[in-house]
Amino acid sequence: MKLSGAQILMKALKDEGVDTIFGYPGGAVIDIYDELVKTDIRHVLVRHEQGAVHAADGYARAAGKVGVCLVTSGPGATNTVTGIASAYMDSIPMVVITGQVPRGLIGNDAFQEVDIVGITRPCTKHNYLVESTESLARIIKEAFYIARSGRPGPVLVDIPKDVVNMRIHYKEPAKINMRSYNPTINPNKRQLQKVVSLVEKARRPVIFAGGGIILSKASEELTRFARHAQIPVTTSLMGLGAFPGSDPLWLGMIGMHGTYRANMSTSECDLLIAIGVRFDDRVTGKTDAFAAQAEIVHIDIDPTSIRKNIPVTVPVVGDCRAALTTLNEMLGEADLNGIADKRQKWFARIEEWKALSRLAYQQGEVIKPQYVVEKLYELTKGDAIITTEVGQNQMWAAQFYHFNQPNHFITSGGLGVMGFGLPAAIGAQIAQPDRLVVDIAGDGSIQMNIQEMATAVQCCLPVKVVILNNGYLGMVRQWQELFYDKRYACTCMDHAPDFVKLAEAYGAVGLRATTPDEVEAVLKRGLSNYKDRPVIMDFVVDKEESVYPMVPAGAPITEMLLV
Amino acid sequence: MTEEKHVLSILVDNKPGVLSRIAGLFSGRGYNIESLCVAETMEEGVSRITLVTQANLPLVEQIKKQLNKLINVIKVFDMTEAQYVQRELALIKVTAKPENRAEILRIVDIFRCKVVDVGMDHYTIEVTGDEGKLTAIRGLLKPMGIKEIARTGMIALFRDAK
Repeated sequence: MKLSGAQILMKALKDEGVDTIFGYPGGAVIDIYDELVKTDIRHVLVRHEQGAVHAADGYARAAGKVGVCLVTSGPGATNTVTGIASAYMDSIPMVVITGQVPRGLIGNDAFQEVDIVGITRPCTKHNYLVESTESLARIIKEAFYIARSGRPGPVLVDIPKDVVNMRIHYKEPAKINMRSYNPTINPNKRQLQKVVSLVEKARRPVIFAGGGIILSKASEELTRFARHAQIPVTTSLMGLGAFPGSDPLWLGMIGMHGTYRANMSTSECDLLIAIGVRFDDRVTGKTDAFAAQAEIVHIDIDPTSIRKNIPVTVPVVGDCRAALTTLNEMLGEADLNGIADKRQKWFARIEEWKALSRLAYQQGEVIKPQYVVEKLYELTKGDAIITTEVGQNQMWAAQFYHFNQPNHFITSGGLGVMGFGLPAAIGAQIAQPDRLVVDIAGDGSIQMNIQEMATAVQCCLPVKVVILNNGYLGMVRQWQELFYDKRYACTCMDHAPDFVKLAEAYGAVGLRATTPDEVEAVLKRGLSNYKDRPVIMDFVVDKEESVYPMVPAGAPITEMLLV
Repeated sequence: MTEEKHVLSILVDNKPGVLSRIAGLFSGRGYNIESLCVAETMEEGVSRITLVTQANLPLVEQIKKQLNKLINVIKVFDMTEAQYVQRELALIKVTAKPENRAEILRIVDIFRCKVVDVGMDHYTIEVTGDEGKLTAIRGLLKPMGIKEIARTGMIALFRDAK
């Protein structure tokens, strides 16, 4: 059977179970699009290629599948770089297919030619330039395998136009055999045995969980482990939802804008069990002072994460779920009677910290951004999928929306991409059409990918955008207030569009609240109506509200500015 | 922590862009490359990269892990962990005035090198050996005037099969 490269690509995508592609056509991918529309794969036409990648990211997280993008060569490809880098930092499984000029023109500075494989080498898990139609099916199969296995990540496949056009006798790709890529899934049992004895011995243990729990679908195992061994849990930003935010063992998020008790207990614990984390600087603050009294266990599937930033007593390489399942089995046999009693002093200490400083704010004449997030939490019963932009809006979402389930908090954690939330919400809504999806945004970051409102309207997606509008690039302004003598250099966005009119111009719904007593009504109206189009809710909030607590960059995480 | 020289022997898929992945890893993460040699091995499709780097122990661990993480890297050996033989080749073009020629040839003889090219006023000498030998002969030839030098960088193999 003779097939064109484009037909082979479609077959390969179907074989991988792809049902949705986020993309934008162009000269180098016309032939692929010509075949794509003959399949039942849904194509979501974004308005900018960056939006396609963030949407695929949101889709991947909400669906638990590999996100797929399709863009053209040159500028189409370069526009994906930010989204790919973000997915790489957050370990999101994704395959990005880029068109390329015909093989004969590569290297000739052809129209819309760019070396995207070269550009994305440091920000993809792997990438390919497809050099022959014969290798296309195998490469697509490998790309999906690499993207979703081990520590997940984005894989880019660059396909020259003539590779797509050429017709060859199609052969099923062979089973994947890559001797240079064999991620360790099952952890070493002797190492886990050491963890068990540390758990039994510990008087002041803390679990620090991260995005790895969510990626490996290990939330249940983590919860069982923590409850059985009576260990309080904190998570990184990426780990929110990995452990129920309503559980008594929950400490809140750790780090620069973490809770006081999470940071204090991490600093005073005698055992820190880190699972699926990479000890980002926003978590550790000054590394020498981080968990300085503790034996540290680090469980992660990526060996490079272990001992990269923090020295570790017991390293465990393996999948988080596999590790926790085995730990639970081992602990099941261990005698943990009286372990809760043994920890009484520790729990009492944590209660003291909790009483000393809680996440709080003062509501006055103007709307406090935290109030909006808190009301949103109440009205949605903590059940919505929340995406965020980056900055204050992201931190308030993390602090005041309490996540009880995994895959409900979708944020650009590692790279911190402004403009992430709206396209990610689009992707999440497509993955979960019956769920409520809310993008918590700032007035600055929403403008970075606002064009995707058109995508949401075209696809009749009921995504809700909550803008915490303070007229500033708030997080940078906050740093300027605290560390630069209030010199607000270029952070005041005193000219912004009227977001209500803008929503209407896109064919969406625009609502606004300017006083605290309007907040609930606007949220209620926006959340419970308009099932077939997006809503922008513009909340005019306190201009100079800051995110607290805060650890100044590079300080130990116990040195918190509390209010 | 003290920095030490580590000789890494890296088996990789012989595919386009692999060297760039490794070089990019080192530059992107601020690791240092002192020398680098690449050539095919006995096995088809597999190349050996011999890379010399300067790093303290935790860092060299991290470098090895990062290298292993690259999809096209098959295996990484730290030669410094065991007995190994190392060689480097240099071509040295040295000024050969009539009064120096005998002395140069004596040095060539003592170091068991070869004169591979003779010009009106120079010899080109091929020398192989470890780093110490290359440094030594360079020192001895320097007073005569070295016009140009080209070195391969180190290659190495374990003494015992691994």
